[in-house]
Amino acid sequence: MSEGTLYDKVWDAHRVTTLPNGQDQLFVGLHLIHEVTSPQAFSMLAEREMDVARPELTLGTVDHIVPTDDRTRPYDDAAEEMMQSLEQNAAEAGIELLDPTTGDQGIVHVVGPEQGLTQPGKTIVCGDSHTATHGAFGALAFGIGTSQIRDVLATGTVAMEKKAVRHIEVTGELGEGVTAKDVILGIIRRLGTDGGVGYVYEYGGEAIEALDMAGRMSLCNMSIEGGARAGYVNPDETTYAWLESTDYFEDNPGEFERLRPYWESVRSDADADYDDVVTVDGTALEPMVTWGTTPEQGVGITDPVPEPSSLPEDKRQRARDAQAHMGVEPGETMEGYPVDVAFLGSCTNARLPDLRRAASVLDGRTVHDSVRALVVPGSQRVSTAAEAEGLRETFVEAGFEWREPGCSMCLAMNDDQLVGDEVCASSSNRNFVGRQGSSAGRTVLMNPSMVAAAAVAGEVTDVRDLPPTGTPGSQPGVSV
Amino acid sequence: MSDGVPSVTRVSGTAVPIRGNDIDTDQIIPARFLKVVSFEGLGQFAFFDQRYDEADEPTDHPMNRPRHEDANVLVVNANFGCGSSREHAPQALMRWGIDAIVGESFAEIFAGNCLSLGIPTVTASAEEITALQEWVDGNPDEEVTVDIEAETVTYSDNTVDATVGEGQRTALVDGIWDTTALMRSNQAAIDATATDLPYVDGGQP
Ligand code: SF4
Repeated sequence: MSEGTLYDKVWDAHRVTTLPNGQDQLFVGLHLIHEVTSPQAFSMLAEREMDVARPELTLGTVDHIVPTDDRTRPYDDAAEEMMQSLEQNAAEAGIELLDPTTGDQGIVHVVGPEQGLTQPGKTIVCGDSHTATHGAFGALAFGIGTSQIRDVLATGTVAMEKKAVRHIEVTGELGEGVTAKDVILGIIRRLGTDGGVGYVYEYGGEAIEALDMAGRMSLCNMSIEGGARAGYVNPDETTYAWLESTDYFEDNPGEFERLRPYWESVRSDADADYDDVVTVDGTALEPMVTWGTTPEQGVGITDPVPEPSSLPEDKRQRARDAQAHMGVEPGETMEGYPVDVAFLGSCTNARLPDLRRAASVLDGRTVHDSVRALVVPGSQRVSTAAEAEGLRETFVEAGFEWREPGCSMCLAMNDDQLVGDEVCASSSNRNFVGRQGSSAGRTVLMNPSMVAAAAVAGEVTDVRDLPPTGTPGSQPGVSV
Repeated sequence: MSDGVPSVTRVSGTAVPIRGNDIDTDQIIPARFLKVVSFEGLGQFAFFDQRYDEADEPTDHPMNRPRHEDANVLVVNANFGCGSSREHAPQALMRWGIDAIVGESFAEIFAGNCLSLGIPTVTASAEEITALQEWVDGNPDEEVTVDIEAETVTYSDNTVDATVGEGQRTALVDGIWDTTALMRSNQAAIDATATDLPYVDGGQP
């Protein structure tokens, strides 16, 4: 049993009681809701004639089904119905809703941190499995199901079982072109998509402490792909600097000073006990790409796709099936694998630093003729900030479509979908068969610069090998 | 009993048999009925693809037969409710009118979802189930009684042993199957926890 970890401390601070069924009842510090998973829970509440217990600790946004191109209302049938249902539920309960007219709308896991509401030492829940993202701030954040959403709406609490804690220490400095996305893909490759079952992951070590908040969010986001119930990074100066710059605390600096001691107090103790510890050599990681149909089927860009026979027995058949679906050959690297679509978006990688990295690759280059490329900023705030820096221009000049914020092709619930067996170089988190809208579609997960490089080359490419773009100061389109 | 959650000790009523092993959640509620904002009205779509043919004409499915239209006990065979975790499946059955299900065995997640709605899933041997289904065919207007506390199913002059399972029985009989109600009853403790949290309004620094 773990002791003295952030997980233990935050759990204990929020434990209301132990229920007769053996689960702990936890107080919920922030409940995030979106248009797809909340309507049924609200209906269940209405049927019981119950009110929302803590509307002031609840925040709504629209992201999953919302269109990313034309946003004139009404939207298409299902999207419009879900939108209206959320609008009505939020208005009736007095819940703040970040709809597209507010300038603050975006993917639920991007907007919570932006608003300054994702804070260390909070419990955060949302009817969405990637809620783990908020662990980047040292919050305890879980995805929940429909009945649990109803529980949270009605009581402001949730019933949960406590898990074990695995500390994952990433040592050393990450190499050139290696990002948080590559760290988490590397961890999942090593521990497996079910390696985290029964655990919460605590990420630490030099490589993690050096990450900015966007990187820590990319990392924690994919804890769920590793099978863990949640993931977190202990809060530090990087975390506090982010919080201090949000509207929430800028408007109220006294609140920042008041809460800071609490945030510091929930950090894992130096002598905390963990149920398991894993060490990863950060200096040995490369930009990662997936070759298969689960996030654990990944390799470094210069490494060969494995022979199924070289894998543990229980993974061989799945590897064979995945290689057949993807049309990849074992023994070769993924470099040169042709790409039809480049998707830069999702709650894993659509924040400002992600867009900056991709734009720096695209500057002075053009998207390959055979590639359809789209960039979907994670939120309206990201979008506005990127436009102010001139990133939109860089993307558009290179040949990317610049879209409105939403989940888009990450799960393809709106019109942004793969067609037939198209291959997508994607900055999202799931490469499951059918995930991007076509059952024959093929997804290769990678970091944002690698997506940009693939868009330019028309094939999977090591971004570190791209030839330089002309002489310094040369203008794209101007011959020298 | 906690905060108005009924204790479910027995369910009585007429029954409807649905035969077959491994009936999955896609059959119970086809996926195209999931793009909805409420569970309300799902009852009409229960077993939809088996109850209506391609021309949308009603078939001879047991749930379409007038003699079973008021039934509230469903009698099924093995591994009923396998497949996805969608809560829409028990919701659809409940909204059609089902209050208890008796079968040879149930998929675990489906049984858990039923429990969160207060619907007992009670098991008995294959022979007992077959005998019960045949009896229901011949006696559609007569009552079946599922006794959760005593773990029996009674019809006509027969009382057969059934299995409810310890966790399910406690939850149903003690009226603690509904986590919303269970947790709402701890309001004072919830407020006390909130007061100790520095970030909640009114919380201590
Ligand atoms: S971007 Fe993708 S993973 Fe993230 S919340 Fe949306 S659908 Fe889920």
